[in-house]
Amino acid sequence: MTTLSFDASSDPILVRRERIQSVAAASLGRRKIYSKIAVGVCWAFLVVAIIPLVAVIVYVVIKGLPAWSTDFFTHPTYPEGIPGGGVWNAIVGTAEIGFIGTAVAVPLGLLCGLFLAESDGRAAAAVRFTADVMTGVPSITIGIFGYIAIVKNFGYSGLAGAFSIGIIMLPVIIRAGETAIRGVPGHLNEAALALGARRATIARKVVVPAAMPGIITGVLLAVARGLGETAPLLLTIFGNQYMQWNPTKPMNALPLVIFENSSQPYADLVQIAWGAALLLMVVVLILSVGSRVLAAVLQKERR
Amino acid sequence: MIDPTTPLEKGVSLNTAQVLLEPPLGRKVMELDDVTVAFAGRKAVRDVSFDVHEGEITALIGPSGSGKTTLLRALNRMHDTVRTASVTGRIMLGDTDVNAGSTDATLLRSRVGMVFQRPNPFPTMSIYENAVAGLKFNGVRKKALLDEAAESALIGAALWDSVRDRLKAHASTLSGGEQQRLCIARALAVEPEVLLMDEPTSALDPIATKRIEELVGELKHRVTIIIVTHNMQQAMRVSDRCAFLLMGEDKAGELIEFGPTAKLFSEPTDPRTLDYVNGRFG
Repeated sequence: MTTLSFDASSDPILVRRERIQSVAAASLGRRKIYSKIAVGVCWAFLVVAIIPLVAVIVYVVIKGLPAWSTDFFTHPTYPEGIPGGGVWNAIVGTAEIGFIGTAVAVPLGLLCGLFLAESDGRAAAAVRFTADVMTGVPSITIGIFGYIAIVKNFGYSGLAGAFSIGIIMLPVIIRAGETAIRGVPGHLNEAALALGARRATIARKVVVPAAMPGIITGVLLAVARGLGETAPLLLTIFGNQYMQWNPTKPMNALPLVIFENSSQPYADLVQIAWGAALLLMVVVLILSVGSRVLAAVLQKERR
Repeated sequence: MIDPTTPLEKGVSLNTAQVLLEPPLGRKVMELDDVTVAFAGRKAVRDVSFDVHEGEITALIGPSGSGKTTLLRALNRMHDTVRTASVTGRIMLGDTDVNAGSTDATLLRSRVGMVFQRPNPFPTMSIYENAVAGLKFNGVRKKALLDEAAESALIGAALWDSVRDRLKAHASTLSGGEQQRLCIARALAVEPEVLLMDEPTSALDPIATKRIEELVGELKHRVTIIIVTHNMQQAMRVSDRCAFLLMGEDKAGELIEFGPTAKLFSEPTDPRTLDYVNGRFG
């Protein structure tokens, strides 16, 4: 039988193989330790980073849960001394303000994001830069803008709050929409082009549907962010002790309840603030988990 | 059955053909024994057994979905990174049980190199750094050994002459075919015993493909090669032995036939092999 094996003592490749394998085996222990330390450090930092997050959640749940009762969800805020007060008016306010703000900001933001994704011109660069700057603008500044633009002319109202919240959400939606649309592979665009489709048709039939999971995630995260903002509402909706369904009148909202009740010297009002904080947290959690689940479901349907 | 009086090819009698059909057997480098790979309990390829001999090129052929790549990746434990994957059966590399708990996957991979479908040189590294990357990962620090191995590997990958003056240039400055040869050099530099190639020419143009194929033929004296290809002509041109896989009824790939390439293509024992190599499906 013929064998193709080499004489190990003379073949330079076999000699080198031997040397390399012995170095690899000899250094294995060191490399394993290095790897273990590196992974360990990552774990340690992960734990350190997560402690405050978990602490906030646990604390709010512990403090807020006792406040939850039927009254809490069905009665408006009562002044100190009257039992059975709740945040029903604030829930309504937050829902209406959030809905109106979203209804305005989403179409605006997505069309703007679509434009940014499809264009590299100077106008697009300017809008993109503005959106980036706006993401970083402190929300109180947006609140002052809403105060000057709306409240000074029409008075305090839920609509003024929705306007401010919409502005807060706008840059987030623009950038999320742009990122999602840009993430659609260019060859899909080209495939549609090669079939004779126009740009608007391509956007409507091919690109935007393909980007939908990312768009939905972005929009829901923007909504979650908008609902939690306090400063713009402080300056625009004024707050309202009573039930108010009409968004053209001053309204109450959950962040406002938290802000105002938490600084009260009365335990039951502070309790309401914790309850409202927990409620807001749960809503935001549902929105962000929901966005992920929805995106995953959409993604799965594609396959 | 072939009529012994019929010449297989013009001027080749069956007796000489018989010699061509059976390449001499070298030492066994790898042994696969009932290897099954499953993802989340669903078998992708099942019960594959064959031996890989030193100094030979073994080709895995078969249509898409027959589990060629899946099987190949089991040989250097690339499935370790997929949580739902499980590899059962026995894979031996010399005396080493590939899947044994005591076998270190990183050490194993320094003995069983891999080249992928698309050229994937490390984009932030120079040509030289790419060539010695595997050595550095394995703890080699001696400059002399690094230089020697890099030069030898680049020569082996037929790249040395064109890059010797620009070893510090980025790997991205190379053409697609050159990048793939750099990836082969990168794998060779560690001096593996076995080199796994997963359709290494599928992203290359015909000329670059031809050069890689020639290179593969030259390399077999240096390293035992197992190559996945969906190109039957390629398998015929480069390989000594061929494993033909086909998707079974339960969607799991299975080994239909294993044997010397010349025999598999001229007188296969299984009718399905005959259909496939004659281009009747796949």
